[in-house]
Amino acid sequence: MRELLMKLEAKAKEIRRYIILMTAAAGSGHPGGSLSATDIVTALYFAVMRIDPKRPDDPNRDRFVLSKGHAAPLLYAALAERGFFPPPELMMLRKLGSRLQGHPDMRKLQGVEMSTGSLGQGLSAANGMALAARLDGRDYRVYALLGDGEIQEGQIWEAAMSAAHYRLDNLTVFLDYNGLQIDGPVEEVMSLGRVGDKWKAFGWHVIEIDGHDFTAILDAVAEAKETKGKPTMIIARTVKGKGVSFMENQVDWHGTAPKAEQASQALEELGRRS
Amino acid sequence: MTEKIATREAYGKALVALGAENRDVVVLDADLAKSTKTIDFKKQFPERFFDFGVAEQNMMGTAAGLAAAGKVPFCSTFAVFATGRAFDQIRQSIAYTRLNVKICASHAGITVGEDGSSHQSVEDIALMRVLPNMTVFVPADAVETVCAVRAAVTIKGPVYIRLGRAPVPVLHGEDFVFQPGKAVRVREGSDATVIATGIMVASAVEAADILEQEGIRVRVIDIHTLKPIDIDAVVGAAQDTGAVVTAEEHSIIGGLGSAVAEVLGENYPVPLKRVGIRDTFGESGKPAELLEKYGLTPKHIVSAVKQVITRKK
Repeated sequence: MRELLMKLEAKAKEIRRYIILMTAAAGSGHPGGSLSATDIVTALYFAVMRIDPKRPDDPNRDRFVLSKGHAAPLLYAALAERGFFPPPELMMLRKLGSRLQGHPDMRKLQGVEMSTGSLGQGLSAANGMALAARLDGRDYRVYALLGDGEIQEGQIWEAAMSAAHYRLDNLTVFLDYNGLQIDGPVEEVMSLGRVGDKWKAFGWHVIEIDGHDFTAILDAVAEAKETKGKPTMIIARTVKGKGVSFMENQVDWHGTAPKAEQASQALEELGRRS
Repeated sequence: MTEKIATREAYGKALVALGAENRDVVVLDADLAKSTKTIDFKKQFPERFFDFGVAEQNMMGTAAGLAAAGKVPFCSTFAVFATGRAFDQIRQSIAYTRLNVKICASHAGITVGEDGSSHQSVEDIALMRVLPNMTVFVPADAVETVCAVRAAVTIKGPVYIRLGRAPVPVLHGEDFVFQPGKAVRVREGSDATVIATGIMVASAVEAADILEQEGIRVRVIDIHTLKPIDIDAVVGAAQDTGAVVTAEEHSIIGGLGSAVAEVLGENYPVPLKRVGIRDTFGESGKPAELLEKYGLTPKHIVSAVKQVITRKK
């Protein structure tokens, strides 16, 4: 276990470095919400999901839907680090003709399970995959990551209702609860109220964790697998911009790329390549 | 009097047949299964039928996920909700992704009748036609509906099929050959061409009969595929007859009239008159009353033909 945790820490650091490098090279993009969810996605790609970059179309693979599609740099960095494509291509983020679109495009890049970017839609797609698994008698699991601002979308609650109605216990969803959205703190822009109670009331199994604690993330995923008859929502308290001091909890880093000197400071803080 | 069957009725039966042949076919509805006729499939294959309640956006999004995992989802609700309420879900999760989702929307057009404008979709063809990767079928009768449903399964990608509530005459025989993207000539004539779609094909044939009694012979084209549109058939009609009338139970903005105008304008401009809903919402009434009030009867097609012929060079 200790070895695994050390590996995950190292992978997360590497992925955070890529996020900084990519967005700096692109001159635009969303570092804040990519860094807040890095530990969750790192755990999924390096300790949880049954995936094989050599067989990206394997019908039995686990699926991950990045519903908050603006965290594309995080998804791309995880896919590259996991071996789906060579990491140097990460520097093509948002460039003309690139497979690495500003928001994920499943038709351009293998490993992307669903095109996202228009918020609120990924959970429905994840539900569909989970239903398909049941219809086909397959045991793959479906994971999705939602943003906290994203759950202001009505479609999320339509999907929340139907996932519980259809008892999708092969579905595990993370909420990246970093508390900030473009216009400011979520509680000021459009407060979410008692988030955990809402998902419980919709019929979900709810677990609340620190989204930067790998042990907690892995324990929650294990608990979700054991939970029968209902989907699981893991509400992960996170820090927007996590890992880069001047980005942490700063709303302006939602959709702003670091300039060269900021990028080098960030990389310094994130440490040398491990 | 020929037999009349609503295209939604034909759809319900076609789905059941398809469900028996193809285990990957799944059907989704949003609390309108009795009206869209997906209830037939539900009775036969309950494990492959999913109701989403009054939540069209989630239905479309879930269909995308099912398709991404290899299923062939057919999504049904009223056309106004399918294409209006869930437009962004169709754009982002189905069209952009080129996923294998079939959107079969019933109660299109003003022949919905008494429910009124909130339920009368007169813009759905425009909304679906503008989306890249989308194929758009507008069947004219029960036979074409069955063919369109079968064709939709052979197309890898999103398909929109526009269905109606009211019974319409069966125009085609059992031997009818349906080729996606290929318009069908149902009448021959050289004075003008009426290009019609959906329930207006039967009206166009009736109009041709009336005109014939007055010595005017028109070609009638049944255009069941709005996208990709049959450019050869449209240009050929212009070349051969020199004048074109379009007829649709849809706004003349963005639908068949626009599609034909685009093809003619770029290829072979001839006088054109569009019969359709003239940039307005509908209202409550009996289907026949509404068709009369909004200018969608054979009589209106007849007068459009006469008008367009006078403009021929």
